[in-house]
Amino acid sequence: MPNGILVFIEHRQGAINKTSFEAVAAAQQLGAALGQEVSAVVLGADASLAGEVTGYNVARVVSAESQKLADYTPDAYADALEQVVRARDPRYVILPHTYLVRDFAPKLAARFGKGLISDCIRMKADGGEVTFTRRLFLGKMDADVIAKGEPPVFASFQSGAYRGDQAEKGSAQVESLAVEVGDVRMQPEAPFQEMKQAVDLTKADVIVAIGRGIKSQENIALAQKLADALGGDIAASRPICDAGWLPIDRQIGSSGQTVAPKLYIALGISGAIQHLVGMKNAGTIVAVNKDPEAPIFDIADFGIVGDLFDVIPVLTEEILKMKG
Amino acid sequence: MKIVVLMKQVPNKDAILRVSGDEKWIEEGDLSFEVSESDGYALEEALRLKEKKGGEVVVCSLGPARVKSVIKDALARGADRAIHVVGDQLQQVGPYATAQMLAEAIRGEQPDLVLTGLQSDDHGYGQTGVILAELLGLPHATIVIEVDYSGEQLRVKRELESGWYQWYTMQTPALLTIQSGISQIRYATLKGIMAAKKKEIREVQPAGDAATAGEFQSVERIYLPLKQKQTQFLGDGDAKKGAAQLAEKLRTEARVI
Repeated sequence: MPNGILVFIEHRQGAINKTSFEAVAAAQQLGAALGQEVSAVVLGADASLAGEVTGYNVARVVSAESQKLADYTPDAYADALEQVVRARDPRYVILPHTYLVRDFAPKLAARFGKGLISDCIRMKADGGEVTFTRRLFLGKMDADVIAKGEPPVFASFQSGAYRGDQAEKGSAQVESLAVEVGDVRMQPEAPFQEMKQAVDLTKADVIVAIGRGIKSQENIALAQKLADALGGDIAASRPICDAGWLPIDRQIGSSGQTVAPKLYIALGISGAIQHLVGMKNAGTIVAVNKDPEAPIFDIADFGIVGDLFDVIPVLTEEILKMKG
Repeated sequence: MKIVVLMKQVPNKDAILRVSGDEKWIEEGDLSFEVSESDGYALEEALRLKEKKGGEVVVCSLGPARVKSVIKDALARGADRAIHVVGDQLQQVGPYATAQMLAEAIRGEQPDLVLTGLQSDDHGYGQTGVILAELLGLPHATIVIEVDYSGEQLRVKRELESGWYQWYTMQTPALLTIQSGISQIRYATLKGIMAAKKKEIREVQPAGDAATAGEFQSVERIYLPLKQKQTQFLGDGDAKKGAAQLAEKLRTEARVI
């Protein structure tokens, strides 16, 4: 009979990804609510990284090992984790919703004839029934979802949904499990960074960020003036960098930089999840958008519903006056 | 070379969404629709590969009659023909069942490449492409931002997190999910629009139980997101007044000036 919760621990370039500990925290909370034990699983060529998870309150750390797991590939990871899931027969498999998980987890779930409840932002366990909440329509709606069918239930959690520092500490043993990995049909080369990050936005105190609402490249000068008045840096959401209006090292979000300045001013940015994960920990968040339902307002301290071209000149002028 | 491109129709990005009466979906009656952003880039990449290597681009879309507009637009941009997998009331159908229906529709095409966007702008599951690859027995790569198929081998550049990238060499046939921004999307020309009228759109009816097969989740309720912060809205509709108030708040309350 299926039993327990299995949490997937991701690592990259020899280090455990810290979102993995957020997944551990999620799995522990689910385990406590359902009275189920939590096991962690680490894939690799050897058990070296599994040892880094033994300091957490889990029943065991399964180290699934094969030479073919030395570098990540979706083929090898799906094969290996499928064997671990079949061997442990858990009720739930919890994963962090990272790019790596997105790459292999649907393939893994498909081996069990299903998909996964992906990119969840929270969950609630009530009398044994678990309700997962995920975002729809680029953050404009939330959906409460329950699992159907036979276990295991696969669910992934968005970065920041749980706090890694709230994962309970404890002591666990590593259990090594040799896994068979079949044909790997893709050969990865070494990961690299595109260019030297000329701009390190993570150290900025003030960021003025622009989105689609800026309408043209020429209008960026307006936002730049505001940034200059505030002594801050200019940044952007993905579409602006895709269009080549600003270089990619100015991009905030899951594929760009993650920042936490004292002040973040979002101009004409709707607030898709991929952007929010990159800036939601800013101290004070200001949003200007003509759509009153834009998700960016959900995390804003101050909001102006209106045309950013009305707002920017007045705000710039007022700030210059204050600074004398 | 034959490339199948999967394209999904979603509500317009700027649409104001309202929850439907049963709280399971949104009111669709007065909405306008468009192609999911990253699927548009998948088509563009397919057209560019065809220009370099020759072959055929077949576009495939699943949904009610209105998805014909996505299909016709793709044909006008240069796709050669289309498969419309006809289905109403698919809002609650999850990625596994969707992938099953798509697999049955395109299996016989035996494509060299299947391209689609990395996730849809409505449900945002980000799974259909990967599950489809598994069902078709194809290797896959996700979040692809560059495709090099100039020689015999397929090489793709994948986006990792935080500004990192990685190249993969892939066996073919293969399935790739394409990231938005991979290239500049072309517009349909008048000539393209005229030519599209003569192109084939084949309708396929999925098997009766396909939409309920492999249903692993049930959407209980959808709603506007709970606010995480108490937002102070300024200006009361007057953006200039709001800007002046904002400057004052930033100085006195937030103390960031």
